[in-house]
Amino acid sequence: MRTETQTVFERTHPGRMGVVLGDDAPSATLPADLARKSAAELPELSEVEAIRHFTHLSRRNFGIDLGMYPLGSCTMKFNPRVNEAAARLPGFARLHPKTPAELSQGALRLMHELQGYLAEISGLPAVTLQPAAGAQGELVGLMLIRAYHESNGHPRKKVLIPDTAHGTNPASCSICGYAVETVPSGKDGRLDLDALRDAMNEDVAAIMVTNPNTLGLFESGIREAAEIVHAKGGLVYCDGANLNAIMGITRPGDFGADVMHINLHKTFTTPHGGGGPGSGPVAAREFLAPFLPSPVVVKNGDAYALDFDRPKAVGRVHGFNGNFGMLVRAYTYIREMGPDGLKRVSQIAVLNANYAKEKLKDLYHLPYPGPCMHECVLSDKTVPNGVTTMDVAKRLMDYGFHPPTVYFPLVVRGAIMIEPTETESPERIDDFVASMRAIFEEAKNDPDIVKHAPHNQAVKRVDEARAVKRMRLTADMEN
Amino acid sequence: MRYIPHTGDDVRRMLAAVGASSLDDLHESVPDAIRLKGALHLPEALGEARLLDHLERLADSNDGARMVSFLGGGAYRHHIPPAVDQLLLRGEFFTAYTPYQAELSQGNLQAIFEFQTMIARLLGMEVANASMYDGASASAEAVLMAMRATRRETVVLSSGINPAHRGVIDTITQYLGDGKTTLPLGTDGRTDYTALDASIGEAAAVVVQSPNFAGVFEDLPAARKLADRLGAKLVVTFTEPLAYAIAEPPGAFGADIVAGEGQSFGVPASFGGPYLGLFAAKKDDVRQMPGRLCGETVDGDGKRAFVLTLSTREQHIRREKATSNICTNQALCALACTIYLTLHGKNGLPILARQNLATANAAREALENAGAKRKYAAAHFNEFVVTLPMPAEVFLTACRAKGIIGGLPLGGTRGFGENDLLVCATELNTDEDAKRLAAVLSEATHAY
Repeated sequence: MRTETQTVFERTHPGRMGVVLGDDAPSATLPADLARKSAAELPELSEVEAIRHFTHLSRRNFGIDLGMYPLGSCTMKFNPRVNEAAARLPGFARLHPKTPAELSQGALRLMHELQGYLAEISGLPAVTLQPAAGAQGELVGLMLIRAYHESNGHPRKKVLIPDTAHGTNPASCSICGYAVETVPSGKDGRLDLDALRDAMNEDVAAIMVTNPNTLGLFESGIREAAEIVHAKGGLVYCDGANLNAIMGITRPGDFGADVMHINLHKTFTTPHGGGGPGSGPVAAREFLAPFLPSPVVVKNGDAYALDFDRPKAVGRVHGFNGNFGMLVRAYTYIREMGPDGLKRVSQIAVLNANYAKEKLKDLYHLPYPGPCMHECVLSDKTVPNGVTTMDVAKRLMDYGFHPPTVYFPLVVRGAIMIEPTETESPERIDDFVASMRAIFEEAKNDPDIVKHAPHNQAVKRVDEARAVKRMRLTADMEN
Repeated sequence: MRYIPHTGDDVRRMLAAVGASSLDDLHESVPDAIRLKGALHLPEALGEARLLDHLERLADSNDGARMVSFLGGGAYRHHIPPAVDQLLLRGEFFTAYTPYQAELSQGNLQAIFEFQTMIARLLGMEVANASMYDGASASAEAVLMAMRATRRETVVLSSGINPAHRGVIDTITQYLGDGKTTLPLGTDGRTDYTALDASIGEAAAVVVQSPNFAGVFEDLPAARKLADRLGAKLVVTFTEPLAYAIAEPPGAFGADIVAGEGQSFGVPASFGGPYLGLFAAKKDDVRQMPGRLCGETVDGDGKRAFVLTLSTREQHIRREKATSNICTNQALCALACTIYLTLHGKNGLPILARQNLATANAAREALENAGAKRKYAAAHFNEFVVTLPMPAEVFLTACRAKGIIGGLPLGGTRGFGENDLLVCATELNTDEDAKRLAAVLSEATHAY
């Protein structure tokens, strides 16, 4: 077997260890009835073998540092190194979450200021930094909405969700005890205001909108939509996944949103880390402030403190104060960019997406023509010889790109969702466009090369069905 | 702007290509009425040197990060070998997305597979997921899973569960049933199962934390017995998994679901996050599990490959019927944990655990000799509760004057008094630290 494909357990050699713990370290043992009968079968490697193992693994993985990562809805922008330096400052990294307030003033001040920045960017003044991810932010937002309705005597029954929404939206509703009603989008890919009028009544607690939506289109009728919902006593939840398109241009609080979550790992450059950790602060209107989860950071005179005395709070969703290390990174980024920088981020993100769309729309089907925001959605409808979106995606790997988001949103069959982000240069986008066009030609002339892609990755196309049928989730399971 | 490559010429060329006359034109679909007039009110941009200087000042004003500390209570101060962070900083790892596209994500996927294996082995369980937000959310998801699997709402919870974790459990389950019963701690610090209301004949889950919030190991065979009587899932939670390097793991006592905090394994304290929720269960219940799972399979050439699997449980497929609304895991923290566990390994982790136990014993004995009373007789791991001859806050103020954070005061926490203090000692605490802590107590007792 080639060494770089060995698991860490296959590299184990009994008796080895990769740490030095001090020969004079004290030692004690547990009572016999509690003591472990045999040591857990963890690996046994020297430090050099361990380093090589994980370095080999890294070489079988693609990140933004290796190339363009145009995943729609995910905002895979560059992860600044100064953020990483900031989060690792010992005064932040070594700070225990239960440190008394007077000994953690710098951390609390950073949190308080970040709350203010996010309030300004969103146009919604009441902010909690606690949620650990966008989906948890959604959950908190819905809990705020439910708590507000309950305080008025009736929680209401359901939430309206457009058919272009992220899957986490309905899942979050379920946890909050709300039924979900899907609202179809209109022919132009935007909210159908007439359908919304028909659906809106006193049973509806809220609508969850993503703006710009997942087709990359700005919901131009958002203010009217909000008025329809507000007129019947409902609230407007804004999924902030696509905030990168509108910073400094328009604010959810100004277009009628009552509460939103903000994905720091999308818009504010905290790294995705291979699938987390993220951070999903929630911003809301002042009338929802009493319901924010405890604790919130408050400022009394010149001193900062965590406020736990919040009788109306919806509870807490995090073991401590939120994903603080991510807050440091987002704060660092905002302070580097400043107000003009953030606005330029959104402008260039939109420019890049429109540029990619213009250069591809003659080959790849564009279901919703017209200007897009920070991402565009194409489809495989015009790709010849039965070559699918998945084939195109896999083939892009051979050209040195991470594929775009595929088969989402669900309203477009065979969707290819491209979000270059502002950190890609025009020549990188030109390369991407050239690759997409080359793949289209291959689909015409040599479809098999596309259908069997990728050809030069660590593995060929993986058998996902077998992983389900012959489930092997640990090295100890038979398969 | 270093993160935006576009020069003025680039912008002009691209605007021409898309047929727009200005950057403002690109946002024409945003109605004028809702456009921001003027700039955002944010601080002006800083250059890197001034930015880092500002951040260093903020960081340096956290005096607590530099002090000798005895804080635990859900987050633990442990040494992290530099190799862990240096590997995490490889861009292929930390600048990657969730490995949905398996062919160019084999590195992250294999690391998750190895993580799942190590966690399952450490906890004595059959399967583990790819991680959850933190220990608190993992515990809440464990309760949700038990409710789903049994289709019941009643949950019996030990009051030895970390209060913040209990808070998150209560928050997440508040709209899904209100049958919660809390069992008190007995005089030895372990859950008193005999206190259960006799009218309760069945339940979704019996939830107990071990080592518990007071630091002591719970009687898991008794918890298993109660769960059997109620036809309930036994959920065992934890905040200090290092204990299981030397303590018999929950799986060995028949736990159905084990969930808790993995921060101790290579993740910095970082004022509370990002941390690492660990979640393990039995193979037969895998389809009820929340979160991501990585499985082994083969590629088109029959070579070993890894892939995210069983995703039909998840919200991007099932939407409102998903097992959980959680879509991210804590992949980078899980990777830190995997590297940490690899470096310590089968031999190092027990040595480290015994070192923690010895340090905590020494700190407890020093405090007892200085007049503190051990509150609970049951065996503890690296933290314990003492009752002081004065309010804990008075003692802590005296500690602070000597540059020490003496522990976590428990006044206001249910079941504890204002003289109770939770003290945690790890491998980072020396004998000298324990002596200094005890000396402060002697002095404070004289002064009080």
